[in-house]
Amino acid sequence: MSTTFTPSAPVRNADVAKGLAGRRKLMDAAVRWFCIAATILALAFLASIIVTLLWRGLEAMDFTIFTSEFRPTTYGDATAQKGGLLHAITGSLLMVSLATLIGTPIGLLVGTYLSEYARGSQLGNAVRFVSDVLLSAPSILIGLFIYQLVVLPMGGFSGIAGVISLAIIVIPVVVRTTEDMLSLIPNTLREAVVGLGAPKWKMIILVCYKAALAGIVTGVLLAIARIAGETAPLLLTSFGNNVVSGDMTRAMASLPVAIYQQANSGYPDLIAIAWSGALIVTLGVLLINIAARALLRNRG
Amino acid sequence: MSTTETNPAQTSAETGNASFGGMQARSEVVINTTARVSIRNLDFYYGDNKALKAINFDLPEKQVTGMIGPSGCGKSTLLRVLNRMYSLYPGQRATGEILMDGKNMIDPAVDVNELRAKVGMVFQKPTPFPMSIYDNIAFGIKLHEKLTKSQMDERVEWALTRAAIWEESKDRLDRSALGLSGGQQQRLCIARTIAVRPEVILFDEPTSALDPISTLKIEELIDELKRDFTIAIVTHNMQQAARCADQVAFFYLGEMVEIAPAAQMFTAPKQKRTQEYITGRFG
Repeated sequence: MSTTFTPSAPVRNADVAKGLAGRRKLMDAAVRWFCIAATILALAFLASIIVTLLWRGLEAMDFTIFTSEFRPTTYGDATAQKGGLLHAITGSLLMVSLATLIGTPIGLLVGTYLSEYARGSQLGNAVRFVSDVLLSAPSILIGLFIYQLVVLPMGGFSGIAGVISLAIIVIPVVVRTTEDMLSLIPNTLREAVVGLGAPKWKMIILVCYKAALAGIVTGVLLAIARIAGETAPLLLTSFGNNVVSGDMTRAMASLPVAIYQQANSGYPDLIAIAWSGALIVTLGVLLINIAARALLRNRG
Repeated sequence: MSTTETNPAQTSAETGNASFGGMQARSEVVINTTARVSIRNLDFYYGDNKALKAINFDLPEKQVTGMIGPSGCGKSTLLRVLNRMYSLYPGQRATGEILMDGKNMIDPAVDVNELRAKVGMVFQKPTPFPMSIYDNIAFGIKLHEKLTKSQMDERVEWALTRAAIWEESKDRLDRSALGLSGGQQQRLCIARTIAVRPEVILFDEPTSALDPISTLKIEELIDELKRDFTIAIVTHNMQQAARCADQVAFFYLGEMVEIAPAAQMFTAPKQKRTQEYITGRFG
């Protein structure tokens, strides 16, 4: 009987390697399927929201929504006319545009200060930190702050208080994007501008803003999208109103607050109008987001 | 290449197609005796770090001065002192004198924007502004002069022609300068610099981001421009220094080790460190 030498160790190693490879493949597949499942779950919620929103929102959606102010429920009264959201739409447009007009220049200047004048300085770092805190602060805090500062002294809810609270939400968003976009500009470009004998303010306005324009506009659009859907601060500041009003010193309606109030009314017809309002806000924000993305993609 | 003012003593010593280390250097040795810019006892600091030590030399009028040396030797720093670019950054300071028309250009009393109108700069990477080709050129002019539309058109054409990019750009002056190729962008930047009609032009490694053909065009351009401008060029490329420069200064560790006519620098350097550097023993 002859003994043949069999190299046992390598064989065993090969088996181990095979086992390891098998385990790795199994792990790979498991992780991949977990990721896919998680994605499906998240998308399912989103799809469910969108489908529900479309389905319920279109139920009461008609011309009256855009042409009529609030009217009491038609529930149990066949002769009553269906109301709309004109008061809320005009209120939202008015407050959002004014807040953007006030918040954008302030945010732009602060962002410019951080990027062009305060890089690496203590004060700059402090301002940046505070702005970032404000960016993530719960918006109801801003509502409370303005309630104390504006609503109580003025003796009541007002459009102007709503505008101020929304503007405070706009500022840190614009600060962040302005600073980020200006920081992307290479220093050599700045040196090239001042190297021609240009003062710093001309460098910033004529070249840096131009180079960062698409990014800054995107930031402003995102800020608009953010405040268009804000409810909490408006509940404490502009509150709500049932008629179309341009009076900034009195309570003013807005879409998010109108949705909140009508959805809580208990009457099916008013709840249906609230759904239509939700659909309008969502489509508006979606459009702004698409515009922002398109701008970012086409820049340069 | 025509040279106007020649120092006969040195010419006789340096004639012939001198070559050293496989490089062709300029055969004529030209030292213009009129200094356009005089650098005297110049020290420069990045914070506490002394980056330039007692620099003394002249930029002769309408000549090309090449500055060579290993990375970190201070040659780019010196260029950035000449138009006070360093003043953008806190913590950087210079002492000594940079004399132009009898005034010390690093004295804060001298208006920095006027200085930069006199001393233009072209950077390592092309830096077109995000605007049309025409506006890129007009930008600098508008900072210093009020011109009518036709005068402006004329000046823009002049600058683009002098920078050898008019033919390529004349049909698309209103289009974005960002659409030009790298080499074209760099010539645009040169056009933008000369449009202001400076007296001195500083080139900071102007071709290190460009392909060989674009590099050749820029080098030819520099040769052309020295008819009207005093030029200083920082380069990592010793062949480029040999091709472009009339005089070459060698920097090492913040000191100017040697300055000599280009041919002499690359054939018979006096200092041992210069010789070691140009023969590739370090750097």
